[in-house]
Amino acid sequence: MKFTLSWLKDHLDTDASLEEIVERLTMIGLEVEEVTNRADRLKPFRIARVLEAEQHPNADRLRVLKVDTGEGDPIQIVCGAPNARAGLVGVLGKPGDYIPGLDVTLSVGKIRDVESFGMMCSERELELSDEHTGIIDLAEDAPVGMSYAEWAGLDEPVIEIGLTPNRPDCTGVYGIARDLAAAGLGKLKERSREQIRGTYACPVDISLDFGDTKAMCKAFGLRMVKGVKNGPSPKWLQDRLTAIGLRPINALVDMTNYITFDQGRPLHVFDADKVHGNLTVRRGRTGEKIDGLNGKSYDVDDTICVIADDNGVESLGGILGGEPSGCTEDTVNVLIESALWDEDDIAATGRKLGVNTDARYRFERGVDPDYMMPGLEYATRMVMDLCGGEPSETIQAGAVPDSTNIVEFPYSEVKRLAGVEFSLAEINLALKSLGFWISGSGDTVKVAAPSWRPDIEGKADLVEEVVRIIGLERVPFTPLPRTGTVNQKVLTTSQIRRNKARRALATRGFNEAVTWSFISAEQADLFGGGASELALANPISPEMSDMRPSLLPGLLAAAQRNADRGFGDVALFEVGQIFLDDTPEGQKMVATGVRRGTAKLQGAGRHWSGAASNVDVFDAKADAEAALAAIGAPVDRLQIYTDAPDSFHPGRSGCLKLGPKNTLAVFGEIHPRLLQKLDIEGPLVAFEIYLEALPQPKGKGGRSKGAMNASDLMPVRRDFAFLVGKEVVAETLLKAARGAEKNLISNVTLFDIYEGQGVPEDQKSVAIDVMLQPRQKTLTDEDIDAVAKKIIANVEKATGGTLRG
Amino acid sequence: MSNLDTLESELLTAIDGANDEATLEDVRVHALGKKGKISEQMKTLGKMTPDERQVMGPALNGLKAKITDAISARKDVLAEAALETRLASEKVDVSLPLRPAAAETGRIHPVSQVIDELTAIFADMGFSIAEGPDIETDELNFTALNFPVGHPAREMHDTFFFNEKTDGDRLLLRTHTSPVQIRTMRTQEPPIRVIIPGRTYRCDSDQTHTPMFHQVEGLVIDKGSHFGHLKWVLREFCKSFFEVDDIKMRFRPSFFPFTEPSMEVDIQCDRSGGEVKIGQGEDWLEILGCGMVHPNVIRNCGLDPDVYQGFAWGMGIDRIAMLKYGMPDLRAFFDADVRWIQHYGFRPLDLPTLFGGLSS
Repeated sequence: MKFTLSWLKDHLDTDASLEEIVERLTMIGLEVEEVTNRADRLKPFRIARVLEAEQHPNADRLRVLKVDTGEGDPIQIVCGAPNARAGLVGVLGKPGDYIPGLDVTLSVGKIRDVESFGMMCSERELELSDEHTGIIDLAEDAPVGMSYAEWAGLDEPVIEIGLTPNRPDCTGVYGIARDLAAAGLGKLKERSREQIRGTYACPVDISLDFGDTKAMCKAFGLRMVKGVKNGPSPKWLQDRLTAIGLRPINALVDMTNYITFDQGRPLHVFDADKVHGNLTVRRGRTGEKIDGLNGKSYDVDDTICVIADDNGVESLGGILGGEPSGCTEDTVNVLIESALWDEDDIAATGRKLGVNTDARYRFERGVDPDYMMPGLEYATRMVMDLCGGEPSETIQAGAVPDSTNIVEFPYSEVKRLAGVEFSLAEINLALKSLGFWISGSGDTVKVAAPSWRPDIEGKADLVEEVVRIIGLERVPFTPLPRTGTVNQKVLTTSQIRRNKARRALATRGFNEAVTWSFISAEQADLFGGGASELALANPISPEMSDMRPSLLPGLLAAAQRNADRGFGDVALFEVGQIFLDDTPEGQKMVATGVRRGTAKLQGAGRHWSGAASNVDVFDAKADAEAALAAIGAPVDRLQIYTDAPDSFHPGRSGCLKLGPKNTLAVFGEIHPRLLQKLDIEGPLVAFEIYLEALPQPKGKGGRSKGAMNASDLMPVRRDFAFLVGKEVVAETLLKAARGAEKNLISNVTLFDIYEGQGVPEDQKSVAIDVMLQPRQKTLTDEDIDAVAKKIIANVEKATGGTLRG
Repeated sequence: MSNLDTLESELLTAIDGANDEATLEDVRVHALGKKGKISEQMKTLGKMTPDERQVMGPALNGLKAKITDAISARKDVLAEAALETRLASEKVDVSLPLRPAAAETGRIHPVSQVIDELTAIFADMGFSIAEGPDIETDELNFTALNFPVGHPAREMHDTFFFNEKTDGDRLLLRTHTSPVQIRTMRTQEPPIRVIIPGRTYRCDSDQTHTPMFHQVEGLVIDKGSHFGHLKWVLREFCKSFFEVDDIKMRFRPSFFPFTEPSMEVDIQCDRSGGEVKIGQGEDWLEILGCGMVHPNVIRNCGLDPDVYQGFAWGMGIDRIAMLKYGMPDLRAFFDADVRWIQHYGFRPLDLPTLFGGLSS
């Protein structure tokens, strides 16, 4: 919402400075977004007269002008404007001046060998309008040498406020003035209540016809003014409209725009001679069309409210007038419309057709119903003042709804919600000056909201009005009482796990990324997602269309982006949500990491102490286990499975599970086919940890760690080497060895794997180091031999292998 | 006697001349071994007269002791020299650079760090952390929050929608963290004090808007918390978060469908130096929206607004991170450029606490 300072002062009697007004507007909730003054940019431009206009010697379409600047000798200017002529009074820019519409700073130039010492400007070049058919052509008596902006009345602040959707009353300058007056910044001037007598019956009738469907128009006022003389509106009106960015069209149309911004009351004018028969407000019919005043054509249907005559649709009610019945400079008889429309229907139609107009903006927020007919009177007065003519009587269809809205208001509500004590006098004054009526006495009164405040719903709204007008700064800072105990744990298990996984991974050299929750449909498909219920209906781009089923696609793409910038050895992780379906339960938290190139735990790339090798599946496994350990998973009890998802290399990946059905993590090399499809280069390894798959930790219980059970006896170590089939997995062998004598065997380490000479072709040699920890007595040779025999027997049985001789 | 003098000087010269332990050992054997010069002389003592023995005994023993000491001293000298030689040969270039430790190169994303900072501050004021799903219903994202169907306020949200289901229901990506207010009030008995951090989504993209961003919401519901408390909570938060002793704040009336009265909050800042400095200067910077929870919202959660009351506020986590830590561009938050993460990220063990300072 934009307006000029003088426009505001039409309605507000005030001595306040611009700064005070701006400050107060902001502090009562009408936030000032910008104050501009067109004169600031136009300061250097002065009025000048063309003394001579000679043909340019070397160019047909150029002229060489001698221009009187009001001081010193006339200057020479080369000009291409068709209207450049001797005697023209226009606006001159000189070398050094910045031309806003061209975004250039003038300098002395030579055009086709003739020197030019400035420029006569068009309106577009000065950003005054889109006019560019010629240079500005002022009245002959315009004072040469004077500042153009000052002479043209452009030297005025334009205030723009960001209006919140609850304040339709401030879509007009008058409403803004009312708020400022209530806030003590001046006195609101009475607006005209003139009722103009019609001298004849309105020859065009109006009816609302919605049959048995919901009425989309509540009421409609209409009047004809005949014998008007339309034409350009006067300068003051044009200036106001251009100041707030509207284009003057003709007096009748400008009048409607003016009242829209002055009173927040949109109107429409029909050229009565182009209206055929009477007007009916009704639902549109499929197949009907309207050519709007904005130059666009719209198809209507029965969800759209139209004003029609015998010819068909003439207007989109409350949104946009039609071109065929619009007013032009030739209009002689005009029909003025002031109507009330259903807010929701206006919003729905505007959205459906994609039309944004100043009328829609106001009607969908709710205009003052009680001002419908006064607005029509005001419009009539303006038409008669600007264009003359003779008014008909007014006619009205429908009924203006009763806007009475009375709220029971206990004064104590101010203290209860706002935490501040104001006097009753202050409260009453604030409400009354905004147009509220107060009746009754005592602790609770009845407050009637004015018709222009549809946002007032209950007590809380009145509290807002009171503190808004009296001042939020008067509410004292009040400490929130402490809860009475030392605060308990405030995070949920899931939150704690995310934090622990995050910090654990970062200590392993990972950089934390935050990537988009949505990915392309192709990526989603490749990683097991792509369900239609997780695809956005209105994605911002095809790359961000589907909710992610995994963090891998985002991180793999990120790794590649870094590689493309020259940083190929990256370790990235993210802790975030994935979406398995569209329910709250289908949203899971995971911690996912990727290592690329040689980004190993010990460091990446070449180094004097030894070059890092490419990342491999065991790096990913180590990361996964470290993060699982950090979140409290029993890492030594997890089982390794090899059924990782298809996104991983089938032979170089695994799952860490707690029981066959509960996967806590997957890890491995990314499948080469997938990398190829995604156009991503490896080597790339990754893991994904399902943070919520781990069962909740046991409830309260003690925090004691129990006594330490360390033996004083020396442990004994024995090495064994077995020949086993190549397909035998290490875990089988280790488990067999560990299980041979659980009370004695404290640790089994696999320290060598060998294939090749000396070992049969389909076999491998696996060497383990077994630590025996005696508890009661030192082990004898016989004891140790007995355990060794058990270990050998267990391993041979489990693996089908033999002790290597 | 002169024999002994000659022997002594001969042996001492040999000891001094021994440059390694082997040579020194040869000298020792030559002097003190079974057949050594001194041992041989000792053997002659038995054949001497008592008078001769009286003289020669002490002389020989004195010589033996002197030579033994000299050998021992020489041994120490040689051992010291040998160690020196070894040390000299063992010298390395300690200026060789190491590989940086993983725990020193890993980084926490600023959004995570700032959420931890928020947690530390609000936990101290008795708040817990609540969360909710990103995929929401229209009811929880809008209707229950007092956004009437078709109201223009809904359009300010640029909502991402999913496809309509067969029953006409249409899910959406939450446009703010406020639906979690409803979820919390519907499941938790007051008094309620929670903050709600999380991802939010709007179809909007430019330098200061990304289609996904992070918000944190606060909610207090009980029987007496009012706007004065809200002002205090937000001021304490701003001081604590921006780590300044004092900060001027400006509460401006505004409009949000789910609060009444509603306010926007500006904090004092200084823009003169090219970067924004919080807590000094004469400019204002808008950082959050807040208000008393609208009676309709309280009612929509099954509570009586004449009994229960409270306040809520919301702000952008990315935005306050940018203000505090100086990132110029929001879009970079989600680009995963390691150079950016290294520059703006946090060391893994720098956990923000109030007792240790949030960021120091």
